[in-house]
Amino acid sequence: MRLHKTAEIVNMVIMVVFAIFFLIPLYVMVVNSFKPLAEIRGGNMLALPVAFGFEPWTKAWSEAQIGVQATGLKPYFLNSIRMVIPAVFMSTLMGSLSGFVLSKWQFKGDKILFGLILFGCFIPFQIVLIPTARVLGTLNLAGTTTGLVLVHTVYGLGFTTLFFKNTYDTFPSELVQSAQVDGAHFFKIFKDIILPNSTPIIVVSVIWQTTNIWNDFLFGVSFGDATSQPMTVALNNLVSSSTGVKEYNVHFAGALMAALPTLTIYLVSGRYFVRGLMSGSVKG
Amino acid sequence: MAITNKWRITRDDLTARFVLLPTIILTFVFVYAFIIFTVYISFTDSRLMPSYGWVGMTNYIKMFQNANWHIALKNFAIFTVLYISISTVLGLFLAIMIDWSKLGDRFFRPIYLYPMAISFIVTGTAWKWFLDPGIGLEQIVHSWGFINFKFNWIKTSDKAIYTIVIAAIWQVTGYVMTMFLAGLRAVNHATIESAVVDGCGAWKLYTKIIIPQLGPSFTSVFVILGHMAIKSYDLVIALTNGGPGRATEMPSTFMYSYTFTRNQMGIGASSAVFMLVLFAIVIIPYIRNIVKDS
Repeated sequence: MRLHKTAEIVNMVIMVVFAIFFLIPLYVMVVNSFKPLAEIRGGNMLALPVAFGFEPWTKAWSEAQIGVQATGLKPYFLNSIRMVIPAVFMSTLMGSLSGFVLSKWQFKGDKILFGLILFGCFIPFQIVLIPTARVLGTLNLAGTTTGLVLVHTVYGLGFTTLFFKNTYDTFPSELVQSAQVDGAHFFKIFKDIILPNSTPIIVVSVIWQTTNIWNDFLFGVSFGDATSQPMTVALNNLVSSSTGVKEYNVHFAGALMAALPTLTIYLVSGRYFVRGLMSGSVKG
Repeated sequence: MAITNKWRITRDDLTARFVLLPTIILTFVFVYAFIIFTVYISFTDSRLMPSYGWVGMTNYIKMFQNANWHIALKNFAIFTVLYISISTVLGLFLAIMIDWSKLGDRFFRPIYLYPMAISFIVTGTAWKWFLDPGIGLEQIVHSWGFINFKFNWIKTSDKAIYTIVIAAIWQVTGYVMTMFLAGLRAVNHATIESAVVDGCGAWKLYTKIIIPQLGPSFTSVFVILGHMAIKSYDLVIALTNGGPGRATEMPSTFMYSYTFTRNQMGIGASSAVFMLVLFAIVIIPYIRNIVKDS
């Protein structure tokens, strides 16, 4: 639509005002993570740092008190990485296979089954916390990264299955049928025909799962312990600890560390992130 | 789509079912069996650990007599109404603005959407200190010379829930905008052109022609926001930790503290069942549509 000059200016002003609203928290975190504490206390959070320094960052990374130990956030950052990579890989692999079957192989009740799988990925996880804690305990996986990987894989399956099924629904069935006529079997068809055409949706699935699992707090706080807690739980412990002086600059540096991996992924591949977000909504 | 011949199950059909089996088993155990287990626990005398003495509706009765649950429900109602209505209106407004602008898609949309890429714990941390009267917004406005300015909602029992609304809206509005933008781009152009030819003004064009065609987008937005509102836990923990006192208790925080710190697992399970029922009312018709679509 074409706008008049005045309308264009008004439109621009509105968009800039909202851009400021969305950017302020990020800006506040960034500028205050480079200030000494006295400067935050005595000054203005919107001001640029006068005594610019990296101490809050080094402190948050390797010295800050998290829970009982003064280890900084570094070990928890590594815990998150150790948790995210296998969980993303497994849920994406299983989702691609399930999506393929649900899309191209009909059987009685396949639609209902798909609905049941979908329901599982949206549920409020409070409803499964108690039995999950029991099962992880029984399997000796309570408080371990392996346990968190298992939980994240299972509860990510609904999303990944949805991503792949939606994509494979747009592939012509003749592809599969003609390959079958040529004598190709299930795995060969999947490997030679389906997977080579799956790169975009694999990227969507990996980005979505990485963002979701990295940002999870509920499972981390419920099933992680001092040796396996993810970054989000450690950050919350750092910020909400009631002992000692509140080091806002260190908190902001820590928050930025927790945000940077997913924020970077978002900036590099925003388009795929949006596709992941949108596949959970009904087509208009 | 009929790869399968109705009368003959081929080897590939068997392989396909076998491949689907792990997903089916995991879903049935971790979702459905677990739901049944939690529902069962809500009818037992479980406290620190699950135990299996049947007590009927006792936990539900106790829960609905519990003052903290009343606070949680009231907060949930306030939060949900404001969160859904404000982010819907803002998201739609921003989608229209972006749609008009030359720079909208490339420059502004990523700025509005980035909060969706970060954790609620990060959001909570940023807003917690930004809204803190001692060092944040109130202090900033004071330093501009308005020394009588007060903004201490986050420390005030009857206002703290609104700070959670603010932070939640900040996080989700870009997502709502994205959904509406997809809807706007799918609006039938012929109807717009003919309305413009008829000399229809911008306001009328939107209220009479365009917005009525956004039905599916509205449905998506309400369902997604509704289920996010039911789940919201991390943000409350990071921003106020349920405080001051218990002023920002929500069903999700109630569930967690009764189950894991107050050793009232039966009541905790009841609150989880309550959340699931709300969720099911919102989501089941929606999932039916997704499945039908496919």
